[in-house]
Amino acid sequence: MSSKPRPRPDVFNTGFWQAAREGRFTIQRCDDCGDAHYPGTPVCPKCLSSSQSWAPASGRGTLLSWVRFHRAYWDGFREEVPYGVVLVGLEEGPMMLSNLVGAEPEDCTIGEKLEVTLDTSDPEWTLPKWRRVGRA
Amino acid sequence: MPNTAFHKLKDRIAVVGVGNTAYGNFPHTDDYGLGAEAFRRAVEDCGLDKNQVDGLGVCRVPYYARMGEILGLNPRWTVQFPPHGRMSAMAIIEAAAALDAGLCDYAALIYANIGRSRRVNYGGEESPGVWDPFGFTSPGAAHALMFQRHMALYGTTTRQLAEVSVAVRHHACLNPDAVMKQPITIEDHEATRPITAPLRLLDYCLINDGAVCLILTTKERARDLKKPPVMISGFGAREAYTGSSISNFNLNFWYDEVQDVARQTYGMAGVGPNDVDALMCYDNFSPTVLFSLEGLGFCKQGEAGSFVEGGTLRLGGRLPTNTDGGHLSNSYMQGWALNVEAVRQVRGECGARQVPNAQVVQFVATTPCSRSIIYTPG
Repeated sequence: MSSKPRPRPDVFNTGFWQAAREGRFTIQRCDDCGDAHYPGTPVCPKCLSSSQSWAPASGRGTLLSWVRFHRAYWDGFREEVPYGVVLVGLEEGPMMLSNLVGAEPEDCTIGEKLEVTLDTSDPEWTLPKWRRVGRA
Repeated sequence: MPNTAFHKLKDRIAVVGVGNTAYGNFPHTDDYGLGAEAFRRAVEDCGLDKNQVDGLGVCRVPYYARMGEILGLNPRWTVQFPPHGRMSAMAIIEAAAALDAGLCDYAALIYANIGRSRRVNYGGEESPGVWDPFGFTSPGAAHALMFQRHMALYGTTTRQLAEVSVAVRHHACLNPDAVMKQPITIEDHEATRPITAPLRLLDYCLINDGAVCLILTTKERARDLKKPPVMISGFGAREAYTGSSISNFNLNFWYDEVQDVARQTYGMAGVGPNDVDALMCYDNFSPTVLFSLEGLGFCKQGEAGSFVEGGTLRLGGRLPTNTDGGHLSNSYMQGWALNVEAVRQVRGECGARQVPNAQVVQFVATTPCSRSIIYTPG
């Protein structure tokens, strides 16, 4: 069976994946103006400062939308179709696409609160996934 | 409202020649062969000596110089546009500005697409992205995300969405060039297989080979050519690059950007949505049409679903839309063929699919680079 695609971070995003590997969910923050963004950028899109850090994120977010893939664009996902992908709005502002753990998107309401959970099933790449708040 | 100095271009630049190839699966030729055929037909359409073409814009043609070599052109204005769907009106507006500035006298814009023969997928390994590890890829999925949210916020339904595909297919059945010519119903739409739910097969554009060419010049030069000129009477532009790491996605359906585009375009042309006789709406995926109608102000935000119910977009309806069959059923010419159709509607050349007395025809592309153009008779 083919493997799933893995992250291919550019030089400005290796910090995110390093932190995830260490069990920390982070967001890029400008050291000068505090703007939060993701994916990471070489300069702050708000003030153009090049002084930026991967700062701890709350891990709280909102379900903004979702889609269910009935087509496998990669062989590695072939056995999982139809699978769901969720769009999460982080409390800090940026949006991320990911997968829901322990529930299906159809069970959820758009606008409901989610929390991050780090998926360590791949020993090399820890993926931030999401679960419904207050549920196992 | 941005600086409106560009409004001086109102009715200054004309589309004088249009041409397109057949649409389908053409492995015996390539991008250049298709582009050359469209160019030849556009030159014939306007009766221009092709050696007078001194401006060349190419899109999805691999290399501008090879295209020029093939056509025997040595222009003094050349632009290569990236092979993205949102480029058609961007290129037409750039050409209009170049013609007005005197950078060229006759601009030919050539778009060619051989994605069908090359089996292009528009997702997966073909277009690696930040979200691949989560299984997210493809422009269609981005539109599915938007439509899912539109349903949740406004109660829009897939049956309402189906109105778009059904109306546009009806028009394709009246277009001899169109790829898809079997009529469909809302029930057919609902029964097709999901690709990226809530979107189904009939919400997706075609992928086919073909090419399109438009020739533009100034109002004065246009008078000497074969057919009555079709004027560019208004246009507008606004990008949405913030958040574009999720490609082809906007959380608010590009509403603010298209509203801005509408203000610019209608303001320049001196018309409003009620004056539009036909709309040519970039329809890479059917939800884009709903977002366009809201952004342009044909209805309020959230009301496009009910607006399109009952055949609004069909010939004879309140707003005939994509009368050539659009990307969904005519041809995947990424906006270019819709601009050609706008020109032909204004000329009255559309036969069975002609909108009677089409005086104001609008093109719109609701994308990360939103654009609109209004065409009127010269």
